[in-house]
Amino acid sequence: MGASITIEYVKKALPAGLFKWSAVGVIVGIVLAGVALSVDMQRAAFASLLGYMFVMSIAMGSLFFIALDHITGAVWSTPFRRIAEILTNAIWVAPFLAAPILYNVFLEMGGHGLFDMYHWTHDAAVANDPFLSQKAPYLNESSFLFRTFLIWALMIIFKFILVGNSYKQDKTHNHKTNKTNAIFSALFMIVFAVSITLTAIDFMMSLEPHWFSTIFGLYYFAGTFATIIAMVALISVNFNEKGLMIEGINRDHYYSLGGWMFAFTTFWMYMAFSQFMLIWYANIPEETFWFMPRMNGYWAMASFALIFIKFIIPFGLSIQRPSKSNPKRIKFLAVWVMAAHIYDMWWISYPTYSKLYVGHEEYQDGYNYIPYFGWQEIGFLLFAVSAVFLVFAIFAKNRNLIPVGDAKIERGLNFHL
Amino acid sequence: MNSQKLYALTALFDTPDQIMKAAERVSGEYKKYDVNTPYPVHGMDDAMKLTPSKIGYFTISVGLACMSLMLYFIYWTNNVDYPQIIGGKPFFAFPAYVPIMFEITILTGAVLSVVMMISILFKFPNNAHPLHDSGYMKDVSSDKYGIYIEAKDNNFEYSKVENLYNELGAFKVTPVYYDDDELNWKPKTWEPKFVVGIVGLALFTSFSVYMHMNKVLFLPPFNWMMDQPRADYGEESNFFEDGYAMRVAPVGTIARGFIPYQYESPDSAGLYMSNPTVATKENLELGQRKFLTYCSPCHGNLAEGASRLRGQMPPGPDLRTEFYQNYEDGKLYHTITKGKGIMSGYEAQITREERWAIINYIRVLQKAYGVPASVTEEMTDTEEMAKNNENNQEASE
Repeated sequence: MGASITIEYVKKALPAGLFKWSAVGVIVGIVLAGVALSVDMQRAAFASLLGYMFVMSIAMGSLFFIALDHITGAVWSTPFRRIAEILTNAIWVAPFLAAPILYNVFLEMGGHGLFDMYHWTHDAAVANDPFLSQKAPYLNESSFLFRTFLIWALMIIFKFILVGNSYKQDKTHNHKTNKTNAIFSALFMIVFAVSITLTAIDFMMSLEPHWFSTIFGLYYFAGTFATIIAMVALISVNFNEKGLMIEGINRDHYYSLGGWMFAFTTFWMYMAFSQFMLIWYANIPEETFWFMPRMNGYWAMASFALIFIKFIIPFGLSIQRPSKSNPKRIKFLAVWVMAAHIYDMWWISYPTYSKLYVGHEEYQDGYNYIPYFGWQEIGFLLFAVSAVFLVFAIFAKNRNLIPVGDAKIERGLNFHL
Repeated sequence: MNSQKLYALTALFDTPDQIMKAAERVSGEYKKYDVNTPYPVHGMDDAMKLTPSKIGYFTISVGLACMSLMLYFIYWTNNVDYPQIIGGKPFFAFPAYVPIMFEITILTGAVLSVVMMISILFKFPNNAHPLHDSGYMKDVSSDKYGIYIEAKDNNFEYSKVENLYNELGAFKVTPVYYDDDELNWKPKTWEPKFVVGIVGLALFTSFSVYMHMNKVLFLPPFNWMMDQPRADYGEESNFFEDGYAMRVAPVGTIARGFIPYQYESPDSAGLYMSNPTVATKENLELGQRKFLTYCSPCHGNLAEGASRLRGQMPPGPDLRTEFYQNYEDGKLYHTITKGKGIMSGYEAQITREERWAIINYIRVLQKAYGVPASVTEEMTDTEEMAKNNENNQEASE
């Protein structure tokens, strides 16, 4: 092989506003987050959990996107792959957002947590609870920390392998790199499946350590993949309209991005409804108690809104074929899908905060808790989202935005429906 | 056999690039044409200038309409026709309906789209097309790329189209004619095959209906239930510890909303209970019916104490005497409920309301036959009394 494909690509400077505004967002976010941490650490930890889940969606999802491109030999996604490859750097943001949570879990190891977040970290509660003491070999502080760091390490290792190979290919134009990457991608798929499930279980499902749902990892994955597609679509459609990408990316490519968003919006609904209906139908108290506070009082409205925000509105906006390739609609949908993912994360984790805020006894009876969303959450989310963009701007500065040396790039640019 | 009526002029190409160019060129001039390729060629929609298909609208409207019908059907069966609580769920258990609605939307949308395609676009029962069995079709379904322009097209001119194909680089240009048989086909009713088929079908149907109605329906039913382990009447069973097959409710069990009878002696019953019912016509008729069923065998049809038992049991006392006229309602009620002397209690046979109705009826009999002057004067409804009198006299005669 080795026959070099030469496509005409000239690296252009990124829009100046990207770095500037994301830096401003990060600074404002840090200030708000700092104030939030000094005012109420518990609330701040929950807020940082939202940011962390979003950033992990970008960091792990982008690696999944790359691996999918390599492993299936897809051509339509190759022009966008570099965007996802640069987005994998979001993993560097994750430790900052996880820090309050991990620090507290670390202190709980000595039995002196600063605040109450994960019920299973309280040794006295675990000792008196047959449920939790049976789960203790998995759900304990040290293994929680170990898993978190291991997942980060694995993501970073695979990021350096897959993305590093792709960067090198820009210069070498070596077609064998595609094959190497496909093999590593196959390996990564297994790692990814376990990692994303454990991330979802550790950070969100264990907020209610008595509750279990075997589909929970898949539920988080559905939102994750929709989010990464939305992020790639938002950046690449914007850049392409400014002429930063390359000649040849057109509506047929947009259609595929829109189609994925549409597909995973529907897939999320399938997962969410399956989880809900099985629990609703079996009606076992060990499982239904998770849905009870979400189906009563103020949270019932939030749950009802979730159906519209996460499914019905984006589904209706992208069901028609022309709407999937309309750049304006794609950009709107991308922002919407990411916001809906954050809303979904909030819907999953915040009832636990309401419960801790109100107190256990009243939680048992009334199920009528106020959904909390305020400047603390906005601060952490602002930090998380703008940090992702800032990291993107920094790492995209000296990189091509197209994998110019890829064997599939020419076919990818000629892609037609 | 080919007629001379031209259907279309076809052209075959070797490469997908050629067919793309051909499609672009032809789509500018002609309307009635189509492209056949062995596999879907990306970008062909644009080259042929096809507008997005409208079939999606048909599919979604049919799917949603059938979904609504299905929702109504489930609602009707579970809420109107045969309301039944399943698994402790509400009658209108919407989450359980969602999977069915989803499946129905997909199924009907897909199936009815295909049915529409076959019936409207393909004009069912027509199952032929002039391009079938042509060399052109053979080539495009293996490894060649074909295009054809129908002769019906307004701009169609044989030589012009032929030149166009040659210009585009077609390696083979062939005309396709209508099949003679197809053009001249007329339905024949009395075709031997058809007649034999119909007669055969009729025979088969008749035979099978005869067998079902006369033989299958009279086969002995499956009686596996008879082979199940069971306990018969009076049989000893070791299944439960106490040796009884039948279970009784634990001592002290009370039905919800039921207050048990609480008087031990007839005196206290007579002292503390009063008749809660009013002696209306319906009530007295009920009392009469129950009296004739349960009381008359011993006490006589008119409570005169004449037994129909012919010495097998001592006859019951005459209930019309002054002794029983002074008997309180509650005392009578207690007697019916718990029995007295050799009379057994009728608690299990006669409901509470019926017992009070019987007492009302006994009072009427007493007033009709005991006839103390003081009682008759107290009777307010003299007409009814007279009626009862007549009726009872007729009955006694």
